Amino acid sequence: MKQLLILSGKGGTGKTTVAGAMIRLSQVRACADCDVDAPNLHLIMKYEGEGIRSDYFGLPKAFINENVCTMCGLCSEMCRFNAVDVNEKTTVNQFACEGCGLCEAICPVDAIEMRATVAGDLRLFDDIEKGVFSTAQLRMGNGTSGLLVTQVKNQLKKAAADAEFAIIDGSPGIGCPVIASMTGADTVLVVTEPSMSGFSDMTRILDTAKGLRAETAVCVNKADLNPEITDRIRTYCKERKVPYVGEIPYDPLAVKAVNDGLTIADVNCPAGDAVREIFEKVMKIFEGGRK
Amino acid sequence: MKIAIPVNNESENPDIAESLGRAPFYMVYDTETKTSKTIYNPAQDSPSGAGVKAAQTIVDTGAKILLTIRCGDKAFEVLDGAGVELMEGFVGTAKENIDAYLGGKMSKLETIHAGHHGHGA
Amino acid sequence: MKIAVLSGKGGTGKTMVSVNLATVAAPSVYVDCDVEEPNGHLYLKPENVEREAVEVLIPRSNPDKCNGCTECVRFCRFNALAYTLDRLKVFPEMCHSCGGCKVICPQKAITEFPRTVGYVESGQSGDIKIHTGIMNIGEVAGIPIIDRLSEKIPEAGNVFVDCPPGSSCSVMESIKDADFCVLVSEPTVFGAHNLNMVAELVRTFEKPFGVILNKDIGGERNPSEEYCLKNNIDIIGRIPFDRKLGLLSSEARIAVAEDSHFKKLFSEILDNIKEAAQ
Repeated sequence: MKQLLILSGKGGTGKTTVAGAMIRLSQVRACADCDVDAPNLHLIMKYEGEGIRSDYFGLPKAFINENVCTMCGLCSEMCRFNAVDVNEKTTVNQFACEGCGLCEAICPVDAIEMRATVAGDLRLFDDIEKGVFSTAQLRMGNGTSGLLVTQVKNQLKKAAADAEFAIIDGSPGIGCPVIASMTGADTVLVVTEPSMSGFSDMTRILDTAKGLRAETAVCVNKADLNPEITDRIRTYCKERKVPYVGEIPYDPLAVKAVNDGLTIADVNCPAGDAVREIFEKVMKIFEGGRK
Repeated sequence: MKIAIPVNNESENPDIAESLGRAPFYMVYDTETKTSKTIYNPAQDSPSGAGVKAAQTIVDTGAKILLTIRCGDKAFEVLDGAGVELMEGFVGTAKENIDAYLGGKMSKLETIHAGHHGHGA
Repeated sequence: MKIAVLSGKGGTGKTMVSVNLATVAAPSVYVDCDVEEPNGHLYLKPENVEREAVEVLIPRSNPDKCNGCTECVRFCRFNALAYTLDRLKVFPEMCHSCGGCKVICPQKAITEFPRTVGYVESGQSGDIKIHTGIMNIGEVAGIPIIDRLSEKIPEAGNVFVDCPPGSSCSVMESIKDADFCVLVSEPTVFGAHNLNMVAELVRTFEKPFGVILNKDIGGERNPSEEYCLKNNIDIIGRIPFDRKLGLLSSEARIAVAEDSHFKKLFSEILDNIKEAAQ
């Protein structure tokens, strides 16, 4: 399965808006949302029902067996995360517990057990007409993990084994989950915006992608909001020989389209026209294959 | 000499896995006995540090050669520190990769990607 | 009063709101807890900056005492340890500093030593005191830096805490001492969905809160607004989409300092916050 991955670095650049349009224009039969902290793609994919849900387990957390606990307080004293309180009984703050397992190891009466806890929910949608869509949502207080991203992609690959290609809305930022999203990606489209932080995150993603040998392309969303920084992004791409596939203007109609449950490719608006051109260029690079 | 390869399943001739740390299994091929065995990768479901744990697993098999498509910096540090040589594998079956390596048609893995690993909590 | 500024995801204008509020509220204190990407200082340009390192403890093994039993490697759930060629290898970036390996080592071969994971920079810009948490690139332990920032927060005065985006544990750490939370949201179905997640977080911690509707397009439907109305959430401010505000912010300039229109807008929002926080 060939994979087109859409990334942004900083949030709010319009990554999901562009991903939604690409999915619509390509009529792809397999897609995934790897933005597990704040998944949004499902809001425009419009699958019926809840899909097939499964649990994502993060690091285990400590649980106290009150029948055995003697309230000696050793665990509370040793815990570096201040996660254990000994008052009327011994309690573990599940948000503070990082799952190191030290308390379990040192408890003199074996009253502590590390138990797998659900840190997120995976969902898989399979529709005869639309194809397969894989997504996940982390629960509150849990940090992003490359593992969940990998699981989102694995369930997509399994359910859509015969799909020729897939479009994936990637993780935000520049850390481990981004690298997990890039695994197996043939082409990475970076959707950036003309701001200082947008520019700097874009360069970091391009560097990472180079290490993973994926083809890259860049487009600038809301390009007219700061034409000077847009120019600098364009020049940067030219110098590094990264294909610069277009600019999308700020467009209130784009906001309206998304709120009406449409993608910007579905409506006649300046942003829609721009994204159609970008789509053509990206698909040419994508079909060209991998380095 | 033993050669390790990250693979997608336990079959006789599985495909190479794209990811090193999160590969489901490793195939270990012994060039002397011309036999192979497949071991489970305990790191694949690890929310933190899959690369390090996977590398430890590979080192513990006694393999001195690893054929892989990619490798993160921390896994590399473990493997390299244990004297495991990394060769650049390609999308295909384990057997195709082993044949290419034994036929001298494989080059060293040049790019080691950054980890930037996140905590699981 | 300590006000925490949050958002469900990056790019909603959280930092823009924080620095403009801190500027109209001056004398004030601005605390940047978005340690992965602290951008507030780009706007506020603090002077006389003093920098202090934030350290955590990481293990080191004494090879003379270590007998290679690898109990520590098997104990470490973060996989920060590996054992190859008769040596323990420590991956500091993976380590959560739990101290477990040291405690469980049968040979007592492990000691701990401090390692810098980031910095807190403190400076002044006019009447605004600025504390910025900066996490070193490649690090993951934001919480120790946020804890250090908390120590800097004065008991009295107008304090604005710029939180990390999302609803992770570092956000929880950042709002710990807040008297009131301000949630910044965009006028899209995406914005409303993410707003719901942060609202759930602040409710869990029983913090009073209100919402600022940013980039509002007059005359169009605003799903974040609909969400607030449906759930009886206070709307404490509206910032209409404005090209000038966008341009100033993309260049990290403080709108209230340059334009009386924005000064009036943010002063009103500040009054609303103060009233709601009563």
